[in-house]
Amino acid sequence: MGNIDELEALLRPPAMEMPPYPPKVITLASGERMVVRQIDRDEVPILLKAIAPLLWVERDFYDIVAARLFGELLAYKRYRVKDEYCLVGLIDGVLAGIVNGRLVDEEVGMSYHTITIRRGLRVGSHMFAAKMEYHMEILGQKEVLIVAESPIGFRRWMIEYPLEKKFEVPHELGGVPSWTLTRETYFKAKPRLVSGRRPVPPELLEKARTITLPAEETVKAQVLGEKGEGT
Amino acid sequence: MREVAIIGAGMTKFGRSEIGLIELMSEASIRALDDASLGDLRVDAVYVPNMGAARLNRQTAIASALVDRLNLFPAMAEAVENGPASGASAVKNGFQAIASGMADLVLVTGGERMRAVNNLEATDFVASLSHPQAEYIYGVTLPALAGMFTRLYMERYGVTARHLALVAVKNHANALDNPYAHIQQRITLEGILTAPEAVVNNPYIADPLRLYDCCPVSDGAASLVLASREIAEKLGRPVVRIAGIGQATDTHAVHERPDPTELTAVRLAAQKAFGMAGITPQDIDVAELHDAFTILEIAESEEAGFFRKGEGHVAVEEGVTSRTGTLPINPSGGLKAKGHPVGATGVAQLVELTWQLRGEAGERQVEGAKSAFACNFGGFGNNVVATVLRRED
Repeated sequence: MGNIDELEALLRPPAMEMPPYPPKVITLASGERMVVRQIDRDEVPILLKAIAPLLWVERDFYDIVAARLFGELLAYKRYRVKDEYCLVGLIDGVLAGIVNGRLVDEEVGMSYHTITIRRGLRVGSHMFAAKMEYHMEILGQKEVLIVAESPIGFRRWMIEYPLEKKFEVPHELGGVPSWTLTRETYFKAKPRLVSGRRPVPPELLEKARTITLPAEETVKAQVLGEKGEGT
Repeated sequence: MREVAIIGAGMTKFGRSEIGLIELMSEASIRALDDASLGDLRVDAVYVPNMGAARLNRQTAIASALVDRLNLFPAMAEAVENGPASGASAVKNGFQAIASGMADLVLVTGGERMRAVNNLEATDFVASLSHPQAEYIYGVTLPALAGMFTRLYMERYGVTARHLALVAVKNHANALDNPYAHIQQRITLEGILTAPEAVVNNPYIADPLRLYDCCPVSDGAASLVLASREIAEKLGRPVVRIAGIGQATDTHAVHERPDPTELTAVRLAAQKAFGMAGITPQDIDVAELHDAFTILEIAESEEAGFFRKGEGHVAVEEGVTSRTGTLPINPSGGLKAKGHPVGATGVAQLVELTWQLRGEAGERQVEGAKSAFACNFGGFGNNVVATVLRRED
C-alpha cells in the first residue's frame, strides 16, 4: 500500500496554494439569480453526468468542448492536472454553466473551457468573466492564456474584451496560438463585462450547495437552440 | 376589383434551421396549403418574397425551385425582393393578381435563411439596403441608423430607456406563448435595465440601443394562401378578407428627410390601407408592427394613427399595447422575440393576424379580434407596406 501511495505521489503534479474563489450572485436578464461558486473534487462526477450527453452534439462545437472538459474535470478529480479549478453557475441549484482553468505558474493562468447549459441569458459570458476575475483579482495573476474553440467563444472573448495576440505561445488546447488577457485589459473591460454581488445571501448559497442537473431533454433542447437561443 | 381573402396560413418555427431554404419554404407552404384544404383546386400563381438567397445561400430563381419542390406546375411564379418589406409586397402582388381576375388562387411563401452566414456577414448583408454612397460606405448598419433615430426620438419626445425596455419585456412575454417564436425567454426590467448586472446582460449595440432592443437574426418561412372571396366561401373557410393595402416610399438616405423622426412612408401607407378598408385606426383590435428595434414599435404605432405623435411610449407605459390592453401590439412576440427572417417577416405578420382573427392563436389570442393591422417596414422606412385584415362571418 505504501509503495502504491509513493507511486501515486509521483504521478501527481506538484500543487500550489490557491485561495478559493469567493461565491457571488448575478441577476440575469430573466430576473433569476445565478450563484457562481467553486466546486471541489467530490462534485466532479455530477458535472461529468451533465457533460456526457453533449459529447455528441456537433452544434456550436459542443462536442469538442464537452469532450475536452470531461477529460479535464476527470484529470482534476484524479489529480492528473496541475493547479486546476472549476467554477459552476447555479440557478436555484440547477446547473447553468461550467468554467475551468489552471495555473501555469504564479503569474500566468491557462484558461480551459466555458460551457453553457442554460443558453440565451449570457450565462457563458458571465461565467468566463468570473474565471478571469479569479485569475486577476483573487489569484493576482499577470495574464491568462486563452483560445476559443467556437466562433461564439471568439466573439465573446477575443472581440468583446478584446484580447491581445500572443501567438508565439502555443496553448495547451491543441497547440493553437494563444491570445492573452492582461491585467490592463481585464480592468478596462471589467465595468462592462464583470458583474455580480458579494456576499451571497445565505438562502441563495444554501440552494447552491448541492448541484442539481436539468433533465437531459431540457439540456439538449436548450443547447440545440430550441429555447431561449439567439440573443 | 374582386375581393380577396386569406384561406390558408402556416409557418415554420423561427430560429436557426438545419435544413435548406427551399425545404424551409416548402414546410411553411405545405402547412398553409393543408390549412386551405383546396381539394382539386390548383394554385394559379406563386409569389416568393426573399431578400438574400443569392448572397446568403448562393441560390437564385427560388420561386421556380419552390414550385418544382411542391409540384405546383404550371403555376406562374416569381420571387419578390423589396428588402425587409418583401413579405407584404408579395402579398400585395398576390392580392393584385386575384383582384384583377388574373388568378383565383395564389400562394405567397416568404423565407430567409440568414444564419447560413456568421453574424458579421448577416449584419453587412442587411446593411446593404442602406444608401451606398451616403450611408453604407461610412459603415452605417441598421442598428446604427436605429440608434441615431432613437437618440433623436428620446430628445424630442421624452422616450427613455425604460420605455424601450418595456417594449422588449412585453414582446418577450408574448413570445413565450408562441411556439413559432425564435426567442422564448422571459426577461425582466430588473434583469435588462435596473440591476447592476444589466450592463452585462444587456450591453449596448448602438447607443442608446442595447441587445434587448434589437431583433435576432433568424431563419424561417411563412406562407399564405389567397383566394377570391367566391372561392373562399365555396370552400367554407373562415373569411379573413384583405380589406386594405397601402404602400409608400421615402428617401433612400435617412438624413435627406426634412425630419428624420417622421416615418412618412408608414403614415402614408397606413392611411391608404385604412382608406381602402373604409375603417380608422380606432377600429383595429390587434396589430403586428415591424419592431426590428424597440423604438420602431413605438414610432410606427404613432405614424399608423393609433396614438398621437410622441405619445406611443406613454401607451406602452400604461399597458395599452399589452395583450390585455385596448390595442394589443405584437402578440406574436414581434420581430423582437418571434424573430426576423427578413423575407418571411411580412408574411408571418399576416399569418399571426389571420390566426388571431380566426380565434386560433391559442394562449396569445386577443379576445374577439375582428380587425387587424400590419406594418412591414422596408429599408429604414423607405418602403413600407401596411395591410388591414378583417374577419367577416
